[in-house]
Amino acid sequence: MALDLATYLVFFLILALNYAVLCLGLNLQWGFTGLFNVGVAGFFAIGAYTSAILTGPPRPEAVGGFDLPVLIGWLGGTLAAGVAALGVGWATLRLRHDYLAITTFGIAVTIQLVALNEEWLTGGAFGIEAIPRPLAAWFTSPTQYNLFYLGLTLALVALVFWGLERLVRGPWGRLLRAIREDEVAAASLGKDVRTQRLIAFALGSAIMGLAGAHFATFMGFIAPESFLPVVTFQVWAMLILGGSGNNRGAVLGAILVWGLWSVAGVTVKALLPPDLQVRGAALQVVLIGVVLAGVLLIRPRGLMGEERAISPHTQATATASTAPSSTPASGGPDAR
Amino acid sequence: MMDLVWLTLPQVIANGLLQGSAIALGAIGLTLTYSILRFANFTHGETISWGGYFTLTALAALTPWIGGIGKWGGLTFGWGLVVALGVGVVGASLLALALDRLLFATLRRHGSAITLVIASFGASLALRNLIVFVYGPESVQFTRELVIADRWLGGLVRVTPDQLAVLGLSAALAVGLTVFLRFTTTGRAMRATAENPALAQITGIDTAHVVRTVWVLGAVLATLAGVFIGITAQLRPELGFDLLLPLFAAAILGGIGSVPGAMLGGLIVGLAESAAVEYLHAGYRNAVGFLVLIAILVIRPTGLFAARG
Repeated sequence: MALDLATYLVFFLILALNYAVLCLGLNLQWGFTGLFNVGVAGFFAIGAYTSAILTGPPRPEAVGGFDLPVLIGWLGGTLAAGVAALGVGWATLRLRHDYLAITTFGIAVTIQLVALNEEWLTGGAFGIEAIPRPLAAWFTSPTQYNLFYLGLTLALVALVFWGLERLVRGPWGRLLRAIREDEVAAASLGKDVRTQRLIAFALGSAIMGLAGAHFATFMGFIAPESFLPVVTFQVWAMLILGGSGNNRGAVLGAILVWGLWSVAGVTVKALLPPDLQVRGAALQVVLIGVVLAGVLLIRPRGLMGEERAISPHTQATATASTAPSSTPASGGPDAR
Repeated sequence: MMDLVWLTLPQVIANGLLQGSAIALGAIGLTLTYSILRFANFTHGETISWGGYFTLTALAALTPWIGGIGKWGGLTFGWGLVVALGVGVVGASLLALALDRLLFATLRRHGSAITLVIASFGASLALRNLIVFVYGPESVQFTRELVIADRWLGGLVRVTPDQLAVLGLSAALAVGLTVFLRFTTTGRAMRATAENPALAQITGIDTAHVVRTVWVLGAVLATLAGVFIGITAQLRPELGFDLLLPLFAAAILGGIGSVPGAMLGGLIVGLAESAAVEYLHAGYRNAVGFLVLIAILVIRPTGLFAARG
């Protein structure tokens, strides 16, 4: 029993940390740069499929299965999501916030449709299976392997976290926050706002692609239903709960929301008869939705919130810069 | 090949107009809330679903008194549906007003427009899954009665009487709404608030009342769209979600705040979807709205009929 629980906990943590990587990517886009991406699931899917096609065994009926090393798959997934984001961002980042939200939402829907329909590339509704796991031959039991993979995952999260912390605490991070707070002011100081936003968007999406590759390798099997908009919704709930603009908050939010989601899932499974399980599972989404709304209403900066970006000595006089939502009263819905 | 296109074209146009009229009704509601509340409301799709399901529930619950859906001539519905629709409209309006009171009103005061979009995105997923929880994941129909489609244009087009009725009602609604916005005091107040909320308030317009009116009006149109889809096709929990991109595409194509624009935008998106399904790939139906949206945002972001001339 205790062993079962430990096995489950390892499995839980691997997936929670997978979400943490997604959440860190979104934090770079929204938390630090103020880019409203509702297409997280799409970039996650690009990373997962690219890695699966690069590392998977040859498939007679479809392109790929190149049997390449896992590391190449992960790099490929990261790169593919980043390049896709460059294209998407180039076309949409000049749009206002809410149009960006709608278009990124549409991109995620379209990517999911491609995954579902282009059987020659993605395997269609059946997806891609038998995606190899690194060093799988070295371990005798699945539990042992998962423990190893958890270590690998922790290293990955630590790497992404460390890299992002270095970036956002340096000059580039200050520039991104300046763009987020006041685009016009940043531009008037000679900063190339458009390019910087595009780089932040692509880098954040590349991190989401890396999370996708990590996910595909761990699961060993991917299908279009792993990349529904509910993933985007979960990651947003994680970031808002943890506190956007704070990388530690992003990781904490991922673990908490995934914990809540899993507990709700287990409860539904235990309490409801089999024929009501699908209906009960829907309640998980409702629960996370209520949490998201509650945080937005009661504590918009999340559990951790953004650290003060000014000297502590000026605290008495300065007003804290809070959520990345302090854009000046946005104008009417059309470009007026 | 050319012959084939010519032979299928009339039916493609008929299907497109039908789908387009449902999109148009949804898009009119969306464009009104968008222009007055000033945020992209992702819950509007779910209002369409909920309006449909509320009406269906009312129909079942009221059957002892109203004797079912009723029957008008060759149609599959009658007075029974009208009564149930009244209940559905009230239900959807209360849902929209409750969402505003509990969530959006507070965020409007404290947050920015973008916080509202996040909240509406979350609320839409929660509302959709609430449908799955309450009604189950399967699709449901208003009536099991089989309808024989009438043949028109020498058999090239097959349309059911229900579909014709829905098309006519949608057109009448759009005209009525345009007149309402143009000539009534409430309509003028709504347009003034869309133009400039602060100025509208100074001139004595009760903007809180305008906001409530917009939510109710949007919910009424959404319910009608949901019921029209329910009658001519079926209700599914994903109905509203699948409509989101076409709705936004139609509203932005028509120019945010423009009722005739949303109507025309809806028809264009509906025709594009119908043509894509017939001639390109049925699996990409849901992406068609998105492609129209991208095209309009790149070419003319203010839409065909910008609200202000």
